[in-house]
Amino acid sequence: MTLETAEITGLLEGMGAGLRELLARKGREAPLMVGIRTGGVWVAKRLHGQLDLETPLGELNINFYRDDFTRIGLHPQVQPSNLPFQVDARHILLVDDVLHTGRTIRAALNEIFDYGRPASVALAVLVDRSGRELPIQADVVGKRLDLGPGEHIKLTGPEPLMLQLQRAT
Amino acid sequence: MRLSIQGGRIVDPATGLDQAVDLHLADGRILTLGARPDGFVPDRVIDARNRIVCPGLVDLRARLREPGQEHKATIASESRAAAAAGITTLCCPPDTDPVIDTPAVAELIHQRAAQAGMSRVEVLGAMTQGLDGRRLAEMGALGKAGCLGISNAGRPIESTEMVRYAMEYAASFGLTVFLHPQDPWLGRERHAHEGAVATRLGIAGLPEVAETIGLARDLLLVEHTGVRAHFCHLSTLRGVEMLAEALQRGLSVTADVNAHHLHLTEMDTVDFDSNCHLRPPLRTQQDMQGLRAGLARGTLSAIASDHQPHEPDAKLNPFTDTEVGASGLETLLPLSLRLVDADVLGLSTALAALTVNPSRILGIEAGTLAPGVRGDVCVFDPEAYWTLAPEAMASRGHNSPFLGWELKARVTHTLIEGRVVYERTESEDL
Amino acid sequence: MRSANLQLDENGRLRHFLTIEGLDQALLLHILDTAESFVGVGERAVKKVPLLRGKTIVNLFFEPSTRTRTTFELAAKRLSADLLTINVSASATSKGESLLDTMRNLEAMHCDMFVVRHATSGAAHFMARHVAPHVSVVNAGDGRHAHPTQAVLDMFTIRRAKGDFTSLRVAIVGDILHSRVARSQIHALTTLGAPEVRVIAPGTLLPSKVETLGVHVYHDLERGLKDVDVVIMLRLQRERMQSGLLPSEHEYFHFYGLTKERLRVARPDVIVMHPGPLNRGVEIDSDVADGAHSVILQQVTYGIAVRMAVMSLALGSHASGEGGEA
Repeated sequence: MTLETAEITGLLEGMGAGLRELLARKGREAPLMVGIRTGGVWVAKRLHGQLDLETPLGELNINFYRDDFTRIGLHPQVQPSNLPFQVDARHILLVDDVLHTGRTIRAALNEIFDYGRPASVALAVLVDRSGRELPIQADVVGKRLDLGPGEHIKLTGPEPLMLQLQRAT
Repeated sequence: MRLSIQGGRIVDPATGLDQAVDLHLADGRILTLGARPDGFVPDRVIDARNRIVCPGLVDLRARLREPGQEHKATIASESRAAAAAGITTLCCPPDTDPVIDTPAVAELIHQRAAQAGMSRVEVLGAMTQGLDGRRLAEMGALGKAGCLGISNAGRPIESTEMVRYAMEYAASFGLTVFLHPQDPWLGRERHAHEGAVATRLGIAGLPEVAETIGLARDLLLVEHTGVRAHFCHLSTLRGVEMLAEALQRGLSVTADVNAHHLHLTEMDTVDFDSNCHLRPPLRTQQDMQGLRAGLARGTLSAIASDHQPHEPDAKLNPFTDTEVGASGLETLLPLSLRLVDADVLGLSTALAALTVNPSRILGIEAGTLAPGVRGDVCVFDPEAYWTLAPEAMASRGHNSPFLGWELKARVTHTLIEGRVVYERTESEDL
Repeated sequence: MRSANLQLDENGRLRHFLTIEGLDQALLLHILDTAESFVGVGERAVKKVPLLRGKTIVNLFFEPSTRTRTTFELAAKRLSADLLTINVSASATSKGESLLDTMRNLEAMHCDMFVVRHATSGAAHFMARHVAPHVSVVNAGDGRHAHPTQAVLDMFTIRRAKGDFTSLRVAIVGDILHSRVARSQIHALTTLGAPEVRVIAPGTLLPSKVETLGVHVYHDLERGLKDVDVVIMLRLQRERMQSGLLPSEHEYFHFYGLTKERLRVARPDVIVMHPGPLNRGVEIDSDVADGAHSVILQQVTYGIAVRMAVMSLALGSHASGEGGEA
């Protein structure tokens, strides 16, 4: 299964609307958006434009907060984290491409809290797939998918953005 | 005890013999070569087919660590190891503890060696008391107690005047001085050859001139005093050239080279292998070629093991913190013969460097199989391949830079005074 | 060369960090890139990441040191590791435990990494050769042989200032003979492709056959500094005058000390580096050390990120198996 750009654009528009609704309902003003590298940043860039946020997009590299160091060592490096703002007392919109076990989000939350103490964190993901191993949930979801064992969904990008379902043998 | 060694190839450089003949011994001496004499019934016959039979090897320099360092090795353990390596006479430098600067220490060593009943152990007496380089030792008494020569065992003598007096004094007793050429200042606190490898490793190196300046000083003083001199463990090409020049001028000098310097260079220290922490240090490829050429031409007339056995802790430290020296008895013969395989030396020249030449340097009746001479014989298999493994070494010191090397030539029998003191059994083969 | 294999595991990952020599350009660049990620950590409110939580790192310093020791301490702490610093004085070792015994005792306390500084060349190699399989050794300076983390932080500093190594002229000035820093820097620069590396010193302070390391030798400071992009000054120790290698500090400064005037022959955007600590007025003038060309303080900052990178890579090499899910 593949989702082409047109469909993804539709999902992203839905997410943008969802975020606007959430911010209004909860009265959260002047939110800061943070995308998790690398796929989450691609998605966040689109949403950041849609919501027309003033503060630049923050980009998080969670490699130093992962829980699998003992098993796989240091991950090959992507760009270091860059949060060009103060986190204290602000409302954070955390964005990722695929929510699966929940471990990436746990690592991202730990890292954000090492920068400061936000007022709140809301999570927006393009794909929420089955297989959670931690009590983590998204506040805004583009598409929900129930996948079987050995099935993986992957976002490729940055241009064009495509979601691909892979079946491992 | 009557003994016949049959079927072997006799190689005796002293007499020029290289022939398949039988050898017969009686009453601790060589009786005759060739056909068995009438009425001679041997108590034992040794089958030496496919073996080479040569005079028992004479090692100019081997440390036995007794008295004073028995935790490393003893006269009993090392003379036994020497016998297993075909070495029937060993010469021990005076740097024991106490130093061999009194007849009592020389006598102690001779007694212990006699008790062990293995290789004959000769000693060199100290040149200065306590080897301190400042006061002459009682060379007269030492000579009378059986010391074959005088040496300062590599400990530096700073005063040129002192070296001169030592030579003049030794000469008056007809003693040979065994010199370790090294300038006392350039050689201090140095651990490797000063060159490209030591620079990479960050080790303070011993420059070539430390040896050549020492050699120059000593050669001129030898000429001036007329003493008979032997130079120990030359390690530089330049040093060999200087010695050749001196020989051409008619100087009565001889020189030896350590077996390991003929096969290893500074490149072997790149891993900080403490078994390669040696003095003199391993030098360059050109130096090694120069030493080989020196042997081939006869400038260097003997190969020594420079045996220095150590307990494991002595080598278990960063390179320059380890004690210097390698265990060398068991590799002396195979390393010398390796040069024959490499067409550097003929067999006779190689064996001469281990038998007749060191005997003449020490002034002893050994290193030959002529009738009437002491029955010290080495029988070896020149085609046997074996690997040097620490557990299988006969010496207490396993600190050899050749561990893991495949070597050729293995001693099968060693006779001392006509008795079989070592015999290779099947179970020893690896 | 066996020592390169001693540092790398069967997968080619850095297990011990002992010397720059024998490491290839790709691995060196990887270490520099990894260090980039760690720079930002020191600039945050919480200067820590949990990467090495639960690991025990031992600083084993047989030579006194403040600067190197404290940066390794900070690096370990910022990685959330538990740290133990042991200062072993020279007299203690001569009377007491062998290096091997010290190491075995610490291994028995389940330490994961040794950071070793020792006065003898080859000490870190010796430890790496005898250490238990799950333990990593990082060389914080051994005798005159190597100081690889210093060289990496120097390369990091150069890369940040200049970008690319392949067009740089670098001059190292001072006591090359006794300098483990210089040896490691030379290996790093040549491996990273710097086309011209110069050493500038009087003859008594140059090691034998130093050209074989791939450097050009100069005895004249002005000629040596002409058109260089990077100047690295080395510290001159007092003992050199006492052991007969130099006549006086005065003469040394006169001919080899870096002053503003001397620096003029270099490129206008030259950077000046020094591994520290500085001997002001001996090898370097204050107005250069504190001047616009100096990146000396940045070296100190980057030192922490670089050591964090090295520690993480080395301990990460012991990883056991398959990856985790996101």
